[in-house]
Amino acid sequence: MTSLLAEKEKFVVPEEEYIYQGHTLCAGCSAALIIRYVLKVLGPKTICVVPACCFTLMSGRSTYGRDSQLTMPSGLRISILNCAFETAAVTASGVKAGLEAQGDYETTVLAVAGDGGTFDIGLQALSGAAERNDDIMYLCYDNEAYMNTGIQRSSATPDGCWTTTTPLPRPKQGAKKNIMEIMAAHKVPYAATATPAFPFDLMQKVSKAKQKRGTRFFHVLCPCPTGWRFSPEFSIKISRMAVESKVFPLYEIEDGEKYTITYSPRGVPVRQYLELQGRFRHLMTEQHIARIQENVDHHWERLVRQVQA
Amino acid sequence: MEKVISGNYAAAYGAKLARPKFIAFYPITPQTTIVEKLADFSSSGELEAKFIPVESEHSAMAACIGAANTGVRTFTATSSQGLALMHELLFWAAGARLPIVMSNVHRALAPPTNLGADQTDSFAQRDTGWIQLECESAQEVLDSILQAYRIAEEVMLPCMVCHDAFYLSHTYEPVDIPEAELVDSYLPPYVPPFKLDSENRLTFYASSTRCPATQYEFRYHAQQAMERVPAVLRKADEHFYELFGRRYGIVEEYYLDGAELVIVAAGTMVSTVRRVVEEFRQRGERVGLLRIRMFRPFPKEEIRHLLKGVPKVAVFDRNISLGEGGILSQSIKSALYHTDQKPVVFGFIVGLCGVDITQDIVGDIVDYTLQQDTPEEDIIWTEVIR
Ligand SMILES: Cc1ncc(C[n+]2csc(CCOP(=O)(O)OP(=O)(O)O)c2C)c(N)n1
Ligand SMILES: [Mg+2]
Repeated sequence: MTSLLAEKEKFVVPEEEYIYQGHTLCAGCSAALIIRYVLKVLGPKTICVVPACCFTLMSGRSTYGRDSQLTMPSGLRISILNCAFETAAVTASGVKAGLEAQGDYETTVLAVAGDGGTFDIGLQALSGAAERNDDIMYLCYDNEAYMNTGIQRSSATPDGCWTTTTPLPRPKQGAKKNIMEIMAAHKVPYAATATPAFPFDLMQKVSKAKQKRGTRFFHVLCPCPTGWRFSPEFSIKISRMAVESKVFPLYEIEDGEKYTITYSPRGVPVRQYLELQGRFRHLMTEQHIARIQENVDHHWERLVRQVQA
Repeated sequence: MEKVISGNYAAAYGAKLARPKFIAFYPITPQTTIVEKLADFSSSGELEAKFIPVESEHSAMAACIGAANTGVRTFTATSSQGLALMHELLFWAAGARLPIVMSNVHRALAPPTNLGADQTDSFAQRDTGWIQLECESAQEVLDSILQAYRIAEEVMLPCMVCHDAFYLSHTYEPVDIPEAELVDSYLPPYVPPFKLDSENRLTFYASSTRCPATQYEFRYHAQQAMERVPAVLRKADEHFYELFGRRYGIVEEYYLDGAELVIVAAGTMVSTVRRVVEEFRQRGERVGLLRIRMFRPFPKEEIRHLLKGVPKVAVFDRNISLGEGGILSQSIKSALYHTDQKPVVFGFIVGLCGVDITQDIVGDIVDYTLQQDTPEEDIIWTEVIR
């Protein structure tokens, strides 16, 4: 198995920072870390397109600016275009086309959307862009619920999880939607998973995607202290445990067909991942855990078969 | 060059001559032939615009918003259900002060599915912040699209150019297609006052929840921009007249001199009303017509000025705001509220959902209004099987 991570010594992390201090995301929010790594690789010729979601708070600090042209200094050291909730992908397509019409073929247009804006309300626009293979990058930071509006379930919420709209004793029923398979079915040139616990893996994937043209998709698991009910210092630990337990494998899919697992997980019991989070506290019967473990194993084996195919 | 073309082709020629750099579209009858024609222009190389065949009207407007933010001229076209689906983003386009131009073909809203002409689709979008123009002929559709860019780009508000389904969209008329060079001198390349690129590092439309006063101020500025539209339109119209010999105004007066009864109407029904007005005038009845071309911003001043002292006004609405009545008649009444010598306003619902408005119907309405001192009902339904 080729491991991108194994090559980490060869990867030089750019020193430049494109995120200002003092953003207004929650303490321990892994979306902030993610964008930090991603922008290091993409560099200054990048425009972020951001729909309604927690990430809009990234530019929150500049809200205090005042300019009747509706524009303000960016909260990131790149330009940001906020857009309507369900339109991230197609707004990015429009921006890209507008830039190209003026001769700018270089700027990367990066949509950054939550799981709700990707798996649910924005799926149609994303599917449209992917089918046309519009030349955009799309990063879904997945915190597994509508967090900005107060922890409501989305179709990315895992089985058995508590949210404010799946309250106990009836937590969410049914598996999380498999967004990577949806993107693979569109035959996009590149789709990859990542988490902030494996920054080299993430940065190398972004770097690889940057070399390609067309719709490039990232599914990044972003543990959310507020919504997952854990203390902010555990964000990285939990994202590592998600990978090591095979709940969230790190892999990439090229052209919808070529699957590569980029990190071999140790395969720790799923219980150790679930235990760290208040949102699963009610689940701790052997029966529940066994069911979840079974599902995780099943999906992992399926992925391994896809790699071998 | 004169050609016999449909209203929809006139829209396509207008859009092509404006040299947009970006077009997004989604098909809906009766708009389809506009985008098909544009696709022809694009594949033959006559039109340079980037073309995105999106997966919904909502996305068509979102794509235009994305592209317009980068500072390029954009175009799209829709109708009815498609316009309704765009509703959320119509506010966005106007709130973001993007001079997007869109052609809307008036069609009834379902249920049931109905392709016929009905103004409710765009009139129901009157609060979204778009300038709205109503066309009577194919020539006016073409010319209005060119004027729309001039106006929109000067005040930085989007503009919708509307024409009726089938009566205009699919009806062929002789249309003068202006020379491209002359249009270029009328409509030079768009230079945006601000734009999104990777150099300027700006955030566009950051949340204003924690400083609502900023957005409050933006609303004020947008309304100020709307208030500038009449003067800007007049100037754009005059310049157009100098170059092309045609002008349309904000409203059009037809036999208003000494009129005892003035019909207020918009869209293709105006052509029918003209004939009826002529007939009544020939019989010595003092009937006139006021055509509304600019529906948003609503031309209150012109209306007050022209209808002051007129005894009776009959407003023709091919639309209805359920629970209130004809949208044009409500707007006319409110515009006249502060005038002395207020006319008696009769509000007629006519030709909804693509029902024909014939000369007979118009004649009956005129007869009725001339006889009646005041309307019997607030909403007068014509030709309805009750
Ligand atoms: C059309 C529309 N519906 C609903 C909302 C309300 N809304 C804003 S953010 C949000 C939740 C976003 O969830 P997600 O995409 O997962 O991002 P997160 O906040 O979790 O980071 C919702 C429901 C909206 N802004 N627009
Ligand atoms: Mg979320």
